[in-house]
Amino acid sequence: MSDPAGTALQRTSLYPEHRRLGAKMTPFNGWEMPLYYSSILDEHKSVRTAAGLFDVSHMGQVFVRGSGALETLNALCVSDIAQVAPGRACYTMLLQERGGILDDIIVFRVGEQDYLVVINCANRVKDVAWIQVHRRGSVEIDDRSSERAILAIQGPQAAALLQRVLQTEVNALGRFDIAPLPAFGRQAWIARTGYTGSDGFEIFAPNQAAVTLWPRILGDAGSGIQPVGLGARDTLRLEAGLRLCGTDMDETTTPLEADLGWTVAFGKASFIGKDALVAQKAAGVPRRLVGFTLEQGPVPRHGCPILVGGRELGAVTSGTFSLMLSKPIGMGYVDRTVAGAGTAIDIVVRSKSYPATIVKLPFWRMAPSSSAGSHVASGSPLQAQGPALSCQP
Amino acid sequence: MQIPEGLRYTKTHEWVKRLDGQAQVGITSHAQEELRDVVYVELPQVGRTVKQGEATAVVESVKAAFDIYAPVAGTIAQVNTALSTSPQLVNQDCYGRGWFFAITPSNPTEFDGLMGPADYEQLIKAAAH
Repeated sequence: MSDPAGTALQRTSLYPEHRRLGAKMTPFNGWEMPLYYSSILDEHKSVRTAAGLFDVSHMGQVFVRGSGALETLNALCVSDIAQVAPGRACYTMLLQERGGILDDIIVFRVGEQDYLVVINCANRVKDVAWIQVHRRGSVEIDDRSSERAILAIQGPQAAALLQRVLQTEVNALGRFDIAPLPAFGRQAWIARTGYTGSDGFEIFAPNQAAVTLWPRILGDAGSGIQPVGLGARDTLRLEAGLRLCGTDMDETTTPLEADLGWTVAFGKASFIGKDALVAQKAAGVPRRLVGFTLEQGPVPRHGCPILVGGRELGAVTSGTFSLMLSKPIGMGYVDRTVAGAGTAIDIVVRSKSYPATIVKLPFWRMAPSSSAGSHVASGSPLQAQGPALSCQP
Repeated sequence: MQIPEGLRYTKTHEWVKRLDGQAQVGITSHAQEELRDVVYVELPQVGRTVKQGEATAVVESVKAAFDIYAPVAGTIAQVNTALSTSPQLVNQDCYGRGWFFAITPSNPTEFDGLMGPADYEQLIKAAAH
């Protein structure tokens, strides 16, 4: 398979498994990845009701190590990485000087001076170069993406399943905790993270370990686990209100506009893009990313205009049909003056307007009873599932 | 692969059935399998005149929207309003309850120019290789 420009696509170490399972493959940012195995809606449902296994090895894994690691990451990330204790993780962003989002990343502290940075595949080369250029002190920047894999196991049955398969006390992990998996190589870890809004885990491991683990995880048939492709990964993350970098935000949007201001540690002395964010905050953020639902109608897609009172005041960045809400949902930017929840808007699809309502994100949230984490520091059970506590020490 | 006898087919994966002087139109089993999760169908207005090959309806899967083209010219005589509330009928019964619209043809000879089942099967096989 090649991409539209005719370039050969990269394959993950699990490619033979995807073929064996009959996956419909699709080009994705230079990779040949599974779009679905059975159907997007089926796989979406399996994650919300049982468990799903994803190969997300296309994502970049970069180790930042050494006495200058913390200083380097803190100079680049909007969050205060000093607050991330060993065994913890933080969802954060890299900005350019003008405050635009280069990438959203997760920084895992896997040792005292040892961080695993997981980045979007489309931004890997750019991010690694950016970190190299802005390195501080004695630091090693080690891009191991090509020899490593990521498996995501997501859904209410994920913890019980992994407990059986790994013979590891995975329930000791709280949301955004990470721990080594020594049985799967010196460089293997498991974290209670994911991109679905459901409880779940991600395993970061050498390729060979992932190839060994994949059939063992899928073999736990009693759990109802199914392989899940990128199609459902997108509908799941959207239903959970999670932004997709490159689609919902990019170098032309700031974290404040993307309504991710909670990631920004304004108290930190400096980080790239801070001055621009401070200035934007003072001047007023001109537009804001919002979620909206349609009672019925077509699927809103990237680029569809958003009308408020008949005037075009924004555009859709992502949309889908929500299985859990049984209606079309979407996200997009609107003028700040009209960004409040409950505002009536119209979405234009194929030159026709369809009524919609701005709602608070996420569209769907897991029930408190399925809340992950035995030692989430604080907050209500509902807060504990969202990303808002992800950078708490 | 289900390609019923007695229907005519287009390169764009519509099927056409002659029924009471009208041409009933839907999408083939191959097309609905490619789409998988049909979540929305946009139907034409009854009474609209369409040219052969004109984009007449829209079918949306979770991933993308696709046009459905009129296999023959004419006037839209009926639409399958059941698809408005149950778009999944396209996946469940594409040659039956999942039909899209029916055209009163303005030039009935166009029907004879469409592919038969054997030619359509060849087309799908050729595309798969």
